Amino acid sequence: MDNTEQIIITTQGLTKRYGEKCAVNGLDLSIRKGEIFGLLGPNGAGKTTTILMLLGLTEPSEGTASICGIDCTRDPVSVKRIVGYMPDNVGFYSDLTGRENLRFTGRLNGLSGKELDERVDSLLDRVGMTDAADQKASTYSKGMRQRLGIADVLMKDPQIIIMDEPTLGIDPEGMRELLILMRKLSKEDGRTLLISSHQLYQIQQICDRVGIFVSGSLIACGEISELGKQIQQETHYSLELETTPSDIELLNEIVKQPGVEHVSKEGKQFIIESVADLRENLTAFLGSRGYKILHLHQRGGDLDEIYRLYFERAEQQDEKTRGPHGSL
Amino acid sequence: MKKHAGLTALFEKELADHLLGKRFVLILVLIWATCFASLYGATSGMREAGVSDYPFLQLYTTGGSSIPSFMSFIALLGPFVGLALGFDAVNGERSSGTLNRLMAQPIYRDSIIIGKFLAGTAVIAIMVFTMGILIGTCGTLRTGFAPQPEEVMRIFVFLFFTVVYIAFWLGLSILFSVLCRHTATSALAVIALWIFFAIFMSLVANIVANAVYPVNNDYYVIVNSLKNYSLNLNLNRISPYYLYCEAVSTVMDPSIRAVNAVTMNQMVGAITGYLSFGQSLLLVWPHLTGLIALTLAAFAASYVCFMRQEIRSN
Repeated sequence: MDNTEQIIITTQGLTKRYGEKCAVNGLDLSIRKGEIFGLLGPNGAGKTTTILMLLGLTEPSEGTASICGIDCTRDPVSVKRIVGYMPDNVGFYSDLTGRENLRFTGRLNGLSGKELDERVDSLLDRVGMTDAADQKASTYSKGMRQRLGIADVLMKDPQIIIMDEPTLGIDPEGMRELLILMRKLSKEDGRTLLISSHQLYQIQQICDRVGIFVSGSLIACGEISELGKQIQQETHYSLELETTPSDIELLNEIVKQPGVEHVSKEGKQFIIESVADLRENLTAFLGSRGYKILHLHQRGGDLDEIYRLYFERAEQQDEKTRGPHGSL
Repeated sequence: MKKHAGLTALFEKELADHLLGKRFVLILVLIWATCFASLYGATSGMREAGVSDYPFLQLYTTGGSSIPSFMSFIALLGPFVGLALGFDAVNGERSSGTLNRLMAQPIYRDSIIIGKFLAGTAVIAIMVFTMGILIGTCGTLRTGFAPQPEEVMRIFVFLFFTVVYIAFWLGLSILFSVLCRHTATSALAVIALWIFFAIFMSLVANIVANAVYPVNNDYYVIVNSLKNYSLNLNLNRISPYYLYCEAVSTVMDPSIRAVNAVTMNQMVGAITGYLSFGQSLLLVWPHLTGLIALTLAAFAASYVCFMRQEIRSN
């Protein structure tokens, strides 16, 4: 890694307990400056609790979190000066217009006069809300509220932006715009983004690194391709193949290939499980026999499958640790 | 950055919200109607019963034509004003999702609740003083009595008491808005307390006093009367409603010389006459202290609860 990639958010053994329940369990996380980090996990995995602790809105039971070297628990006001937070289901004062809502946020951040007006105008323009700026916030659609939420976060010109479920309940077109905007915030403005979500497909499109969160613990963390490799090494390769012609003869031929463990047929597709990556050998073999490939896909490469595999493994471990207690 | 930038911005926003909101118009209409009804009642009452040495004060304290006086109207309706301004202060923001957005701004957490309380109190003060002065003006025009300086001072003390009294109800409703998840629950809780203090507290005080110091035969009457009365009075004074009523009727009526039971012994040699402004004030000083203490206690409780509360919106 080169020197420019400095760590901007760190947590050490961050833990939060609500009574008996452990919402976040010994979280060690480091996020680099300028990257988009995706925090993935099912509902109730502790994502929001982690975010609240990073902002100093909830006190951790144990451990520390710091942003730019500022302790999040001890000095939340300084942290909140450089961190923008967009909560899930972001709400606005319904009696005020979009512009007035933004002005209020700006004033809370110590802006005033011309600087405030200019920033409000430029941000409304940036999120494409200029036309609707003088309508009451109660008339806004979900997508508009989300865009106004981003403008609201940008009012303080934050180095770091934390978004809690930003993609929830937005139509595909709005989603596409949102993702482009988020990418711009990171790549053009050089801001660091921390995004929590359970919508894997969207996260996969924009995140540099992801952390997978299951019942309070981070079970995997890294780039998506790294995680994919990691999971493939531990499990088996699984290849989807569809060819024409598609016959039993071919199935028998494939089983004879080196490394193949099992072949099954799902609809028109063959599912080939093997201990090594077969793609090169197999395409050469099929080509030499005159088969045409219609579909070839190595499973485990995308986030959906990585997530599913990690999640299953975490559940299995959970059952194992619980097993002896259960039998008592 | 200025240290109180957040608090100032919050205060101004809350104040604007109150003054421009529909709810404020509703309160204003109600209060105006009360104002003019009581003024009408006072003038007709004064015509029937005659005028005392302090006619200007009578505009506030006399009722007539079965319309209660301005003072008793305010004692009864004041809580409603405080309630209307504060019952959804915190849980309203929580349910509309603006609270956690607000919390994520670089302001101290207590600025939020302090800003809300101060803005509410400011609205109350503006409303009460406008109303009081309006009644005086209209009264002067209608009756032709010009106020004496002492009367003006008494009226200002009365209005100040009223502000503190309504601010207590504001603090109480903010407390319930912190404690209850739903705005309807917090509103109902405050209404319940309001009715309890205004109607049932005196019944409860009476029952307790009679149980502790019975006065149901001649012997008991001789032995227990004073104690029974004092206990009854002191229990009633727990209620801010009673405390306020007692204090303002003392301030507004210079002929009231004592607020506690007075024995015949103590009356011997006393010269009948009016109390001076300073002496009246001295009589109600404990009431003022008590009311301010109650207000601060209500606010402090909501402050502490708010500071310790989880932000999570669900």
